[in-house]
Amino acid sequence: MPVLTYRDALREALREELIRDDRVFLMGEEVAQYNGAYKVSKGLLDEFGPMRIVDTPITELGFAGVGIGSAMVGLRPIIEFMTWNFALLAIDQVVNAAAKMLYMSGGQFPMPMVFRGPNGSALQLSAQHSQAWESWLAHIPGLKVVTPGTPADAKGLLKSAIRDDNPVVFLEGEMLYNTKGEVPQGDYTIPLGKADLKREGDACTIVAHGKMVLVALQVADALAKEGIAVDVVDLRTVRPIDIEAIATSVRKTNRAVVLEEGWEICGVGAQVVDFIQRECFDDLDSPVLRVHQEDVPMPYAKNLERAAKPDAPKAIAAVKKVMYLA
Amino acid sequence: MTTQVPPDTQTQAPSTASAGNNGQPADDQASLRKDLLRSMLIQRRFEERCAEAYALGKIGGFCHLYIGQEAISAGTMSMLRPDDYVVTSYRDHGQAIARGMSPRSVMAELFGRQDGCSGGKGGSMHLFDKSLNFLGGHGIVGGHVPLAAGVGWAIKYRGGDQVCVCFFGEAAVNIGAFHEALNMASLWKLPCVFIIENNRYGMGTEISRATANEDVTARGAAYRMPGESVDAQDVFAVRDAVGRALHLARTQRQPTLLEMRTYRFMGHSMSDAASGTYRTKEELEENMKRDPILVLREKMHAGGELPDGELKKMDDEAKAIAQDAWDFADKSPEPPLSELWEDVLVDTTS
Repeated sequence: MPVLTYRDALREALREELIRDDRVFLMGEEVAQYNGAYKVSKGLLDEFGPMRIVDTPITELGFAGVGIGSAMVGLRPIIEFMTWNFALLAIDQVVNAAAKMLYMSGGQFPMPMVFRGPNGSALQLSAQHSQAWESWLAHIPGLKVVTPGTPADAKGLLKSAIRDDNPVVFLEGEMLYNTKGEVPQGDYTIPLGKADLKREGDACTIVAHGKMVLVALQVADALAKEGIAVDVVDLRTVRPIDIEAIATSVRKTNRAVVLEEGWEICGVGAQVVDFIQRECFDDLDSPVLRVHQEDVPMPYAKNLERAAKPDAPKAIAAVKKVMYLA
Repeated sequence: MTTQVPPDTQTQAPSTASAGNNGQPADDQASLRKDLLRSMLIQRRFEERCAEAYALGKIGGFCHLYIGQEAISAGTMSMLRPDDYVVTSYRDHGQAIARGMSPRSVMAELFGRQDGCSGGKGGSMHLFDKSLNFLGGHGIVGGHVPLAAGVGWAIKYRGGDQVCVCFFGEAAVNIGAFHEALNMASLWKLPCVFIIENNRYGMGTEISRATANEDVTARGAAYRMPGESVDAQDVFAVRDAVGRALHLARTQRQPTLLEMRTYRFMGHSMSDAASGTYRTKEELEENMKRDPILVLREKMHAGGELPDGELKKMDDEAKAIAQDAWDFADKSPEPPLSELWEDVLVDTTS
C-alpha cells in the first residue's frame, strides 16, 4: 500500500469525488489559485477549473451560506474553512441553516454538503488560532461530525462525508497534515459513525479522536514496554458516537481514559464518560478519567503552551491512575 | 390562487404593465389586475384569520403578519417563472400564498398540524415548498441572504436562466450576511434579485434609529449593484421594477437591489400592538390610506374594471378561502409523536 501524507490522502478523496460527481465543488478562501492555505487542494484548480474550485472573499459566513443555498437546489458543495477558528464567524449558517433545514422543512430540503478545514491546536499560534471545536459542533442535532486521525481514515471518511446527504462537519487535525500512513489506492469509503479499534489490549481502554489518536498510540507503545496492553478506540466520528464500540472495549478492560484536544467542560470526553457510566457501570473497576486541554485560552509561550495541552505523559499518568498503579 | 402568469409572457424585458402597453391585449391587462387584486385579498383575509387564530391560541410562537405589504408579494410573484426560486425571511405567509402554496397547507403549518407544509415542524417562520421552489421561511434577520446567493451560484453553475429572488426587511441591510452576500453576488455575477421590504421598522426600532444612511438602495452601490427605490403600495410599480431586475438577472446575470417602500399595518409580531410604544396611531392611520388593496381597487374603479358587486364577490371568495384553510387546519391531526425523531438526518447508505 502506498504511504501518503494526511494532506495528500485528503486531496485524493477530493479529486476522486470531483471526478465521480459533477455536482461536487470546492469553495473557500485560497483554495484555487493559491492551491490551498494548507495545500490540500493543490493542483485541483488546474484540473477542474474555476467553477469547481472556487476562491472566495474572506467572508466565512457568506460563503458558508452560499454553499447551503446551492445544496438546497441540488449541488453538493464542499466548503473549506481556512481554519475552524475562522468558522466561528459562520456558525450561524452551520447551526441555524445547514443543521436544521431538513427538520424545519419537514424533510423537504436535505443538505448534502461538507464543511471542512483544519481544527485543533498547533504550535505557538496563541489563543485565537489554536483550539478544538468538535464538542461545539457535536452538540447540534442535524450535523455529523468527523475527526479523522490517520491518512487512510482521512481519505475514506472524506469520501463518505461527500457522498452523505446530510451536512457533515469534517475536522482535520492541523498538526496532522504532514503525518504519513498507508492509504489504500482507489475508491474506498469508511462508514460515518463507526469507531475503529486501533490497538488491542486488555488493561485499559483509551478513547480518542482526531490528533489525539496519535497520542493514544504513543501511549500504547510506551505502556507496552512496561507490559501494559491497552485498547485504543478511535472514535473517527464524534457525532454520531459509536457507543457500542466503546462499551465493547470497556466491558473487556474494565477501565477507561478519554483523551481529547478540547477543553474539559462539556467536552466530547464528558459525553463519552456519560455513555460509559450508562452502558458499563457494573463493568468498571475504577472511575473513568479524562485528559484534555487545560481550562484556559491557549497561551503563546512555549512552556505554557506545553503545559496547557494534553499529551502522552499526562495520558500515561491517567492510565496508571485508573489501574491503581500510581 | 396563484397569480403567476404564463412563462412565455415573462421572458420579455421590462414590464410596463402599469401603462397597459406591454403588448398584452387590454382584456389580459384587466384579467392581470384582477388576479393581483385577488392575490392580495386572499393574503389579507388569510392573515386576518391568522390574527384571530393566534388570539384563540390555535397559532403559537411568533407570528409576523404581512398585512399592508401584499403588493410586494403579489407583484413580484406575478413576474416569476415557476422554475425561478424564492428565499425569504420569517414574514412569509403572504409570500408563500402568492407563490402558489395552498392556504390550507400554510394554515395547517401555523396550527402545528400534520398537513402543514413542513409537517408542523417549521411553523410560521419556516414555510417551505420544494415543488414551487419556495425555499423558506428563515428566522435569523439577514441570515438567509447568502442562501439566495448560493441558489444564484447553483443556477450559474448549471448554466440556467432562472433567477433567485430574496426578500428581507430593511433592518437586514445592517447585517454582515447581507453585505457578504451582495459582494459575492456582484463579484460572481449571480442571477439574484435582492428585495428590501422597507416597512420602516425593525421590530420596534425605526429606521432612522438603526441605519446611518436611510437610502438603503445605496448599499448596492458599494457592490456595484444597480438598485432602485419603489413605491411598493402600487403593485404595478413593484411589477415594473421586478421586471427590470429579472431581465438583468436572466440576460446578464446582473443582480439588483430593490427597495420596496412599504408599511406594515400590524405590529412586528402578534406580541406587539399595531401602534403604541414605537409609532403613533396617527402615523399608522396616515399610512393605511395607501393600503395596496385600496390603491389597486381605485385604479380599477377608475378604469371601469370593477363593477359594483365585483369587489365584494372577490372579497367573499377570499374570505371563503381563508375559512376553508382554517377548517382544514383545525381538522388536521397533530403530528404523530414518531415525527419528533424524523428528518433530523437523511438515511444514507454510507
